[in-house]
Amino acid sequence: MCLAIERVNVGNPGAPTDRIRQPFQEQGVSKLLSRLMVTLGAVVLACGATSRGHADDISGAGATFPYPIYAKWAEAYKQQTGIGLNYQSIGSGGGIKQIEAGTVTFGASDKPLEAADLKQNGLVQWPMIIGGVVPVVNIPGIKPGDLILDGPTIAAIYLGDISRWNDPAIQKLNPKLSLPKLDIAPVYRSDGSGTNFLFTNYLSKVSPGFSQKIGANTSVQWPVGIGAKGNEGVANQTAQTGGAIGYVEFAYVKQTGMTYTRMLNHDGKYVVPEAKAFQAAAANADWAKAEGYYLILTDQPGSDSWPITGASFILMHTDSKDAQTVAALKFFDWAYKSGQKMAEDLDYVPLPDKVTKLVQATWLQSLKVNGKPAWPAR
Amino acid sequence: MSSITIPYHPQLRREARAEWLFRGLTVASAALVLIILAGVLMALCVGGWPALRTFRFGFLTHEVWNPVTDQFGALAPLYGTVITSLIAMLIAVPLAFGIAVFLTETCPLWLRAPIASCIELLAAVPSIVFGIWGLFVLAPVLQHSVQPWLIDTFGDLPWLGKLFRGPPYGIGLMTAGLVLAVMVLPFITSVMREVFLATPRSLKEAAYGLGATQWEVVWDVVLSNSRAGIIGGIMLGLGRALGETMAVTFVVGNAHRISTSLLAPGTTISASIANEFTEAVGTLYTSSLIALGLLLFVLTFTIIAAARLLLMQIERRGARV
Repeated sequence: MCLAIERVNVGNPGAPTDRIRQPFQEQGVSKLLSRLMVTLGAVVLACGATSRGHADDISGAGATFPYPIYAKWAEAYKQQTGIGLNYQSIGSGGGIKQIEAGTVTFGASDKPLEAADLKQNGLVQWPMIIGGVVPVVNIPGIKPGDLILDGPTIAAIYLGDISRWNDPAIQKLNPKLSLPKLDIAPVYRSDGSGTNFLFTNYLSKVSPGFSQKIGANTSVQWPVGIGAKGNEGVANQTAQTGGAIGYVEFAYVKQTGMTYTRMLNHDGKYVVPEAKAFQAAAANADWAKAEGYYLILTDQPGSDSWPITGASFILMHTDSKDAQTVAALKFFDWAYKSGQKMAEDLDYVPLPDKVTKLVQATWLQSLKVNGKPAWPAR
Repeated sequence: MSSITIPYHPQLRREARAEWLFRGLTVASAALVLIILAGVLMALCVGGWPALRTFRFGFLTHEVWNPVTDQFGALAPLYGTVITSLIAMLIAVPLAFGIAVFLTETCPLWLRAPIASCIELLAAVPSIVFGIWGLFVLAPVLQHSVQPWLIDTFGDLPWLGKLFRGPPYGIGLMTAGLVLAVMVLPFITSVMREVFLATPRSLKEAAYGLGATQWEVVWDVVLSNSRAGIIGGIMLGLGRALGETMAVTFVVGNAHRISTSLLAPGTTISASIANEFTEAVGTLYTSSLIALGLLLFVLTFTIIAAARLLLMQIERRGARV
């Protein structure tokens, strides 16, 4: 915070004081003013000094979804090493813009950049933490895990093609349940978010109709339903409205005990939303072949894979002049190794070891600081 | 400065300088406002230019808002902004009028100050609190009792029925309008109360002396004397309603659609920006959001300018009488 003030003011705090002091040396008002200026100058200098004291901190900006775990890691890491992390959770779009402009050491995004974009901006990206999206419903008599849905059916619901819960398509997936003749009220996330991106990306993959009419993005134009802000908004709206269907982050389902659905995955198996289902999706994905880790973990093969899984990504410059690059890599390395338990406590899903090894190989190959390899850190 | 010798007493000269300094400071403060305003306008124009250049006039007339295909039109948020503010004003203005009349004319003296402070306290509640209240308290009530009743009673009527159709979601344009009404109420009430208090006592007493009823005094004397102030208060409230972001985002339903039904979800300019700006990637998308900001700026400016014109007319008429 102090950095910006320092940049503007350091070097000239004396100037305005002098200009005012000369003509009005003897006056009460001007004396007061000049004293004020001197004080201001001192404050500015002090501010500059403190910000220099914190210069060892790693700075990052971006996605809001991983913010709680990054903050938790940062706190623990600071206790162990004394090196802090200043992470501004301003959204993926903002994170990408800031790393492109070079104002932060790393950017974070829920939506990976394509290989061409990475090359153009001289960036490298890798997955840091896994999350997933879970459909939730509010149907009288239906308990958590009772209802089974598949991608094409959810797509048809959000397209408005299926509008009642007793529709044959839903009944066919749930032969044992008696579903009411109740209107479906689709609820979506109104704020641009990684959750939206994963959800629409998955539906676009499994439903050609969804892909043509709506498509995948952090915000899309929904033909039906109501938009609620944030996970809590979607959860509340779903809980309030009989017949509602919504989708929220996995951690949110776990903490609030909402009525989640099971899903039919790519391999045609029923899966329950739990940490190992998300990890399975990440482990079964073919990371090695994905150029620049451009891999969205939706609809992955594997009998245990949860279909709407995604990773949150870190972005850094390939050839950085930022002195904190190495410190940031050390922090990420520490988080991969020692941060797993903390991630699980907050209901995030840590990356499988197989993937973290690949990521560190990428650091070795493509990250440089001032022309020298940045990894392994000395 | 020191080369010019002014034959004043040194004390006077010092005071003259202090005076000059003071005036300079006030001029600078006033100029700063203009500079900031011009800067904001310029930043909005520059930021919104790519969108305005691509969509031209269509930006104002299209309902489509599709980040996937990069097609953006501002009609739906514009419509939502106007409708929610209109609902808010329709509810808040008569209510504020009633409160202000009560507080200045009929309320027992000892009760005036407590009620007035309570209303002003409403203005101090952060808008996010109104949003959360709207979502968690007001919306369920509307959804389970008020909206079903509205749909059953008015839904089948011709014309009017169009305003009350569709499923009762609890949140939507009407809920946003209601929350906004509560939010702007203290502003309009305070201004109205002040201008009613400013009515000369002698005028009111003369009217009572002529046998006027309390209603006649309020309507013919107090109101006609404070028309300019009332319009000022309404404009203040309207400006707040048009630009309110957080509370509206929570309860408006955030759908880029135009529906005739007041129960349907919609969106407003500021809600769209708040929802989408953080995760907007791509020049056209961000630029369209900034262009929305420009639109709100122009809308608010137009309304304030119209209010000024109206006030000037009233004052001129008043001067003639």
